[in-house]
Amino acid sequence: MKFAVVVFPGSNCEQDTYHVIADVVGQPVDYVWYAESGPDAVAGYDCVVLPGGFAYGDYLRVGAIAAIAPVMGAVRAHAERGGLVLGICNGFQVLLEAGLLPGAILRNASLEFRSQWVHARVEDAETPFTREYRTGQVLRLPIAHGDGNYFADPQTLAGLEERGQVVLRYCDPAGAVTAAANPNGSLHGIAGIRNARGNVLGLMPHPERCSEAVLGGTDGLGLWRSLVGSLVETR
Amino acid sequence: MKLLAKIHVTLKPGVNDPQGLAIAGGLRQLGFDGVEGVRAGRYLEVRLDAPDRQAAERAVEEMCRRLLANPVIERYAYELTADDPAPLEAAIEALVEEEA
Repeated sequence: MKFAVVVFPGSNCEQDTYHVIADVVGQPVDYVWYAESGPDAVAGYDCVVLPGGFAYGDYLRVGAIAAIAPVMGAVRAHAERGGLVLGICNGFQVLLEAGLLPGAILRNASLEFRSQWVHARVEDAETPFTREYRTGQVLRLPIAHGDGNYFADPQTLAGLEERGQVVLRYCDPAGAVTAAANPNGSLHGIAGIRNARGNVLGLMPHPERCSEAVLGGTDGLGLWRSLVGSLVETR
Repeated sequence: MKLLAKIHVTLKPGVNDPQGLAIAGGLRQLGFDGVEGVRAGRYLEVRLDAPDRQAAERAVEEMCRRLLANPVIERYAYELTADDPAPLEAAIEALVEEEA
């Protein structure tokens, strides 16, 4: 149950992510530098995490340059082998640009950078990332992004919904999905999606920033515990 | 041959454009009541060396497809002209001087 945290130039959540994995859920974890190339760059890791930040300064489009960084060939191969991949915030944007998840991210509808707590409903508690939660459970999670407005064409969106690939949806504290509870204009209130196979998850909220009470909330902890449980089980 | 590709990347119709909406609001604020809509996009100049024009077109097409535009939300158009670097370099020099 070994984690890799990929570091791009401009990543800025890699230390928080590493800390939670190593010190809060007590798992082995390494940083993997973006320039690592070759098929073995993430060999031996069960879960590859693409952390938050502003990889390559978000130039061109958010996540676009990071999506073609040398290490991404190995990350793609890891995902194709069925290995777990988690993209948080900028990491989610990178997964979309890399085509490991469907759709794209647009500028927040408000044009504001939103740094705040939001509520999000767990739509699927059967994934390796969410099994410690209950389906329908409302989580309180922090977001911090200027580009979190999920977009996909109508067919893609319908397919996501049909296959149950929407894993997290913005909602109010009672669990109702409303326009007012949506911080960025994301279609269908999407906060996080998985791929069809279920081994790749991308989400805009930051579970690593709410896994210890001292940070004001612990609703993110279930995600890390879910991963640890999934990894133990597959061994 | 040295060529200059002038590339326009724009959002596909139907894709929400918060920047365009904000710019339209700004223009109306200035009194341009006739503004019916604004779509914001990106303009890129790529200077390249290629064996011939066809090869350059193929390269630019692939650049757009693989990196410069995101086919989920954007479309692109470009024109290829003979590269005359003088105006571009003069413009960059002027900018650098301005900042210094």
